[in-house]
Amino acid sequence: MKNRWRVLENKIFVRWLSIVSIITMILLLVFFLTLLISSWPAIKANGFGFLWGKTWDPVANHFGMLPFLVGTLITSFLSLLISAPFSIAAALFLGEYYPKGLVPNIFRNVIELLAAIPSVVYGFWGLYTVAPLVSKIEMKLHMPAPGVGIFTASIVLSIMLIPYSVSLIRQVISMTPTSLKEAAYALGSTRAEVITKVIIPTNISGISAGFLLSLGRALGETMAVTILIGNSPEIPHNIFSPSYTMASVIANEFTEAVGNIYLSTLIEVGLLLFVVTTIINIIGRMIIKKVSY
Amino acid sequence: MKTSIFKTLAFAGTALVIGLSSCGNGGDKTTDANAANDADKQILGAGATFPYPLYSKMFSEYGKTSGIQTNYQSIGSGGGVKQIMNKTVDFGASDAFLSDADIAAMPAPVVEFPTCLGADVISYNLPGNPELKLTPEIIAGIFLRNITKWNDKKIAAENPGVSLPDMDISVAHRTDGSGTTFIFTDYLSKISDDWKTKIGAGKSVNWPEGELGGKGNEGVAGMIKQTPGTIGYIELAYAIQNNMSYAQVKNAAGNYIKPTIQSTSLCANGDIPADTRISITNSNVDQAYPISSFTWIILYKEQNYNNRSKDKATNLVKELWWMIHEGQAQTAPLNYAPLPPKAVTAAEAVLKSITFGGQPILQ
Repeated sequence: MKNRWRVLENKIFVRWLSIVSIITMILLLVFFLTLLISSWPAIKANGFGFLWGKTWDPVANHFGMLPFLVGTLITSFLSLLISAPFSIAAALFLGEYYPKGLVPNIFRNVIELLAAIPSVVYGFWGLYTVAPLVSKIEMKLHMPAPGVGIFTASIVLSIMLIPYSVSLIRQVISMTPTSLKEAAYALGSTRAEVITKVIIPTNISGISAGFLLSLGRALGETMAVTILIGNSPEIPHNIFSPSYTMASVIANEFTEAVGNIYLSTLIEVGLLLFVVTTIINIIGRMIIKKVSY
Repeated sequence: MKTSIFKTLAFAGTALVIGLSSCGNGGDKTTDANAANDADKQILGAGATFPYPLYSKMFSEYGKTSGIQTNYQSIGSGGGVKQIMNKTVDFGASDAFLSDADIAAMPAPVVEFPTCLGADVISYNLPGNPELKLTPEIIAGIFLRNITKWNDKKIAAENPGVSLPDMDISVAHRTDGSGTTFIFTDYLSKISDDWKTKIGAGKSVNWPEGELGGKGNEGVAGMIKQTPGTIGYIELAYAIQNNMSYAQVKNAAGNYIKPTIQSTSLCANGDIPADTRISITNSNVDQAYPISSFTWIILYKEQNYNNRSKDKATNLVKELWWMIHEGQAQTAPLNYAPLPPKAVTAAEAVLKSITFGGQPILQ
């Protein structure tokens, strides 16, 4: 009797799990379809030229999204690049050197708290603290010195990414098989060699997954980037140039967008952001598969 | 997509709450009459963010004496127009009057009237904070990037005695679609043919290359404060509250006018058409500050729709009537410009034209 109940219980549980995961998948599919349907008028009106057009003129209903695409990709990858050394270092510190103890615990919690700061706070902190510093650098380099632009946005964004990559990478690093590490030490490796030759290579897929997660966050981040990027829909000349991202243009113009084509175009930007994120995720997964053992 | 997701969630949440509360009422029949009475006293509005501080103060003051609860959601003018179109709110609010296309798209005739005025000031960051005088030509020149240095001859000629630095002008504008941008570009389109053909007027426009966009008044103000040599436009109320320096502007009558609540109000003291759909930027009134505009409330001319009660319609129209009369006392403390007499008369006529079942609501 007891056994039969346990079998039944298990069946219910599995059924429940599959229903919930299917709902999640359906949700994503419906989300995609909704975007597609709502952006259909714009897709028809804008044509393929939308993808490489450089003009964004809501008054004349003439739209091109290349500057937004470029701005999104540059800020995301640049912030990932800036945050990577810090994330790896913090993850090694917490996962390998000091996995337990009071101080590492505090340290870990502080890093995780970085994720709890609202992005609007990051944005205004960046505008009033980071931007003036960047402006000084720009003045030294004898270029226009507005302070806001790709570089400022990427720096602040990189700080926002750290908790995401650290929490995942720290976990995979701390789960490195002890036998592997002991074998390396037995062969006379130094600690640095163990890290570079054992810990990082064995966990490369987990580390990449951590970065992929934070890249996804960077692609979609809206508020802080909007405050700091300068919001100029132009192809940037250098990393200090003001730029614009896809998420920012939606946030900026959606509430006051009047006219069907205009509104639909903003939804089309959302659809393309969805597509771009998906493509980057697929490529990321392929890379993880390639590099992992 | 964040915004729209949140909007959907908010909608779903509201629908749920409404659904639940109506369930509650349905179960207890004795309170039905009271519930209907309560529902008549609840007014729902949505739209422009610019007048939000004023409206919430007005509605809270009006609620104290009348018992009417007004829920105003500042979701943006575009959203306000859409919600009144879908009949999900009792009134919509917008920083721009309805376009002919919008009016044609409405399911029934609507009316609109102004509630107050706002102005854009031109703020800048220059060493020593001088008070500049700017002509329309200079403003258009700067924002079209034809004038790029602070010591340009055209600026110097209007500002004798001010030492203008040899500094690049960097230009900041509002990047989020806003009535503030609409007022400013509408003004520039009137005073500069070049602007009209190249850029045009709108809540978001295709700005000349090399200009920076800030999010909200606070974003633009931040850019101006951070970087010497930056110029930008912000709402008058925001500039006053944050002690920003701003320029006097030469108006259509040829006078230099400092932007104030009074000079903003004067803009609307010309002739107002019966439907109040008029752009009052670049007003030719003698002492008017030229970069000013109304903000509007939109509602259906025939209030008998969606099974609304006559009491509710009456409550709504009475409240709106209060807004353009007693309610105007709330404008100045919050740095909004009150309606001048001619605009009040025009708005009164609009409110008197509202009907319930064909009968005028206000006698």
